[in-house]
Amino acid sequence: MNLNAKIPSGPLAEKWSTYKSTQNLVNPANKRKFDIIVVGTGLAGASAAASLGELGFKVKNFCYQDSPRRAHSIAAQGGINAAKNYQNDGDSVYRLFYDTIKGGDYRAREANVYRLAEVSNKIIDQCVGQGVPFARDYAGTLHNRSFGGALVSRTFYARGQTGQQLLLGAYGALNRQIAAGNVKMYHRTEMLELVIVDGIARGIITRNLETGALEPHFGHAVVLATGGYGNTYFLSTMAMGSNGSAAWKAYKKGALFANPAFVQIHPTCIPVHGEFQSKLTLMSESLRNDGRIWVPKELDDAKNIREGKLKPTDLPEDKRDYYLERRYPAFGNLVPRDVASRAAKERCDARYGVGTGQAVYLDFKEAIGRLGKKVIEERYGNLFQMYEKIVDENPYETPMMIYPAIHYTMGGLWVDYELQTTIPGLFAIGEANFSDHGANRLGASALMQGLADGYFVLPFTIQNYLATQLGVARMDPANHPEFSKAIEEVQGRINKLMSIKGKRSVDSLHKDLGHVMWNHVGMGRTKEGLEEGIRMIREVREAFWKEVRIPGKADGFNVELEKACRLADFLDLGELMAKDALHREESCGGHFREEYQTEEGEALRDDVNFKYVAAWEYQGDQKEAKLYKEPLDYEFIEIKTRNYKE
Amino acid sequence: MSNFLNSSIGKKFLMSLTGFFLITFLLVHLLVNSLILFDQSGHLFNQAAHFMGTNPIIKVVEPVLAIGFILHIIYAVILTRQNQRARPIGYKQQKLSGSSSWASRNMFVLGILVFVFLAIHISNFFWKMKFTGHELLEEGAMGNMENAYLLVTTFFQQWYIVILYIIGAIALGFHLTHAFWSAFQTLGLSNSKWRKRLDTIGLIYTLVVAGGFAIIPIWVFIASLI
Amino acid sequence: MDLTLKVWRQENRKAKGRFETYAIKNISPDSSFLEMLDVLNEQLIREGQEPVVFDHDCREGICGTCGLFINGRAHGPDEDITTCQLHMRKFKDGDTIVVEPWRAGGFPVIKDLMVDRTAFDKILQAGGFISINTGSAPDGNASLVAKEKADEAMDAAACIGCGACVATCKNSSAMLFVASKVSQLAVLPQGKTEAVRRAKAMVAKMDELGFGNCTNTGACEVECPKNVSLAHIARLNREFLAANLKP
Repeated sequence: MNLNAKIPSGPLAEKWSTYKSTQNLVNPANKRKFDIIVVGTGLAGASAAASLGELGFKVKNFCYQDSPRRAHSIAAQGGINAAKNYQNDGDSVYRLFYDTIKGGDYRAREANVYRLAEVSNKIIDQCVGQGVPFARDYAGTLHNRSFGGALVSRTFYARGQTGQQLLLGAYGALNRQIAAGNVKMYHRTEMLELVIVDGIARGIITRNLETGALEPHFGHAVVLATGGYGNTYFLSTMAMGSNGSAAWKAYKKGALFANPAFVQIHPTCIPVHGEFQSKLTLMSESLRNDGRIWVPKELDDAKNIREGKLKPTDLPEDKRDYYLERRYPAFGNLVPRDVASRAAKERCDARYGVGTGQAVYLDFKEAIGRLGKKVIEERYGNLFQMYEKIVDENPYETPMMIYPAIHYTMGGLWVDYELQTTIPGLFAIGEANFSDHGANRLGASALMQGLADGYFVLPFTIQNYLATQLGVARMDPANHPEFSKAIEEVQGRINKLMSIKGKRSVDSLHKDLGHVMWNHVGMGRTKEGLEEGIRMIREVREAFWKEVRIPGKADGFNVELEKACRLADFLDLGELMAKDALHREESCGGHFREEYQTEEGEALRDDVNFKYVAAWEYQGDQKEAKLYKEPLDYEFIEIKTRNYKE
Repeated sequence: MSNFLNSSIGKKFLMSLTGFFLITFLLVHLLVNSLILFDQSGHLFNQAAHFMGTNPIIKVVEPVLAIGFILHIIYAVILTRQNQRARPIGYKQQKLSGSSSWASRNMFVLGILVFVFLAIHISNFFWKMKFTGHELLEEGAMGNMENAYLLVTTFFQQWYIVILYIIGAIALGFHLTHAFWSAFQTLGLSNSKWRKRLDTIGLIYTLVVAGGFAIIPIWVFIASLI
Repeated sequence: MDLTLKVWRQENRKAKGRFETYAIKNISPDSSFLEMLDVLNEQLIREGQEPVVFDHDCREGICGTCGLFINGRAHGPDEDITTCQLHMRKFKDGDTIVVEPWRAGGFPVIKDLMVDRTAFDKILQAGGFISINTGSAPDGNASLVAKEKADEAMDAAACIGCGACVATCKNSSAMLFVASKVSQLAVLPQGKTEAVRRAKAMVAKMDELGFGNCTNTGACEVECPKNVSLAHIARLNREFLAANLKP
């Protein structure tokens, strides 16, 4: 296979406009002749479905939740980046592009990222137009704050609920198209298979979660906007239902999966409290604007704090180690997420951790002193309240405890410049693709990418493909051999799972997988650890297919069956993640191989041997996936070692 | 218009509007009645009653008030029936005392109590003054101005009547504690600032009206004992 | 903590439901209510029974998926939270906890504790948006919005569509939900153009779907996890009356 990213020629700043003015479009009368399937209703899915509906395409939109508004984009707290330069602090499209490439540790595709930065401004306009109540200054203009990895304030936000407000904006646009009859919405419906006809993606098989009915759906094109696969780790900040199955089905049908090992571990989450914990809660990165991160300087103090003999508030300033400010004077507490996470792990591994030992402090005492409690309350009130509800401690009085947790997956389905996968007619947008964040995503960039893909990229690029499909008539999926075959396959898998009748619940097996992933494919990875991890994942997989128990029937609501279907895919995905991590013998972004670090413990990138996108091709269940490399040529920027110290 | 009145907010609009009418009426009624307290001769009260009975404006307002009152009741029944149907299966356990006032949840029951009291009250006084007449009204009547004062003060010398009127005033009071702010809210004449103010004004109004209506029979009863 | 749970079980939409009693032991006060239900389900699966079905997803109080009626209150005995944010430290060892689904004609039970809230989607589809096509918006700073107005819009927009307002209202009224959207868009200059149509269409849809009438008891506001204020209902009333006064 020849990986062709289809990047338009010409200067970086003109690629997108060149593409748009030369691509094929579908004329308005023909648009209604095309069916487009969009799976997922998060920022990418909802914005794409709505925008395609507005253009006149017939869209079928699917979500496993009870309403499109529940997609997990809703949980994004901090904000969305855009190069508006409203603050007059020197921001520009180029700077946003540059920060994103650098933040991604030079493992993202230049042309895609530039386009992302380019359309970022229109996203803000669009959202304001939809009635998203962004924070404003007293003069009535839009307000910004700063996020990790940037020297400017370019983050737009709506209190601590930016993701929610942006999603509700897109959901509103989607609702408008549903009412207009351009989008048909299928809720509580999960995609379980991709249907390929003559090498082209032509539809999907879904399961109606309420009735258990398997249903075939035809589309001239299929768009996956199904989010990330962070729940491979069981504990993550993802929603309980977030899963990698749609992308994994595509992978098994021939779509390449890129950089699966690139996982983001978010530094500011509430630490794990016990074995029944079901998920981790994120505390927005925006907290690092004012909060200072520290652990005790002395091992004895750390031990006393852990044992409850010493209160953090009693520890004098000179006994505290503000390790991010110490190590990275220029960016301080606002270093990128991967750097902050690793630094916390390093301190905790050295036994300076507090709480259970797997936690560090995020302290607002200085900020409250400087700005007053009222200002802090205005900025972070809802986050503080959330923390207090969970931990039962008042963060205005005692420092918060935080620890890194799995938060986002930069890897995903390989897509070209048009966001098309290696299967013709199959597109992947938002977190489901791999394209824009390289080895590490900067804060407030996920919302930007999701909406960029859905509002401003896919609605154009998909037409370049559809223009070649003009003569293709709608298929009748109920009477088509490929669709029938796909339904049989899905039915077979479900029957197999139901018939195991073992002794263990899906969750208990998922937790086993999660432990392996966190310990072996987590923040610090080694060759031995990864090899051991792969072996252990296989053991869990074997146990799963022998011992899982799914009570109830398949032809009705069956939550355990849903979870089992997802876990079966996580088990395979986990192995590919470990394998990708094993093959990449360098440290970059969220991927940290302990063998490859500088003397100061910083990531040691190997641009000579690993400056490429690793795209994996499925070869069969018993065979090793095949690696393809898409070289990353940086024409327009100079590659440097990331330096957040000065 | 029929669309508007069929909508839930339209129906409530009517409840609110008629409610405002009744709120105003109650205040005027109390003002007139309070004259009983200030003039032992009954002359002031009789004059006021006569004025209310003969003034052409009041004569026009009277049937409007009656229609408003009937609409208030009809729409209360319609809304309440709809509200009951909106939850076909109830909860095994539901705690609402922490989230809403008792009166607000029992407006319909309180309304029925007020209505029953009102029927008794009308048959006691208004009916006699307007239609059937009464011997006490004739006693000491001046020209065509009846002695309503005598009728009222004589009537309130019976302890069980006084108790009945106190209960009526209490039911009315509870109804009003919710009704006053609610009427503003339904018309959209409230916001976070005005809500507190209206609550306070509503409470004062309720205390004055319900208290006033309760004090009159008590006052007359006690005065009769002395 | 050891607890007794009385949980509503119902096979499907048509089935007749019943309360089942379960005993559950060794629950950590630090675990969340839903984690406690996870433990119960783990126990049921081990015993070969079907686990209790309940809606949940983000488990951090923002997606609005979860919603249980616990001991007589929507989202249970704590303030300003969703069910997933309720922690077991709010209960005492030995407590009996009654868990019911949202009860409202507009929210039919699908299974056990899971209800169908698509009525909310339908109400928003009737007009809960600003009709602006992708790409046609002017610059974000083209029209200024006073900070107070933006904050007020945000207060309303905080609604997560969980349905606690309907569930707790003695009339099963959806006014707070409808008000949150109407009010958010009415405050902002962008939303004014369609204000008349929006208020009329959304209220009509709300009535059509069988929700009760608001009697201003205020319970919705108290149980709302996001503190959406009754002031927004006042604004909805205002918007609706104004919309009907206009020719």
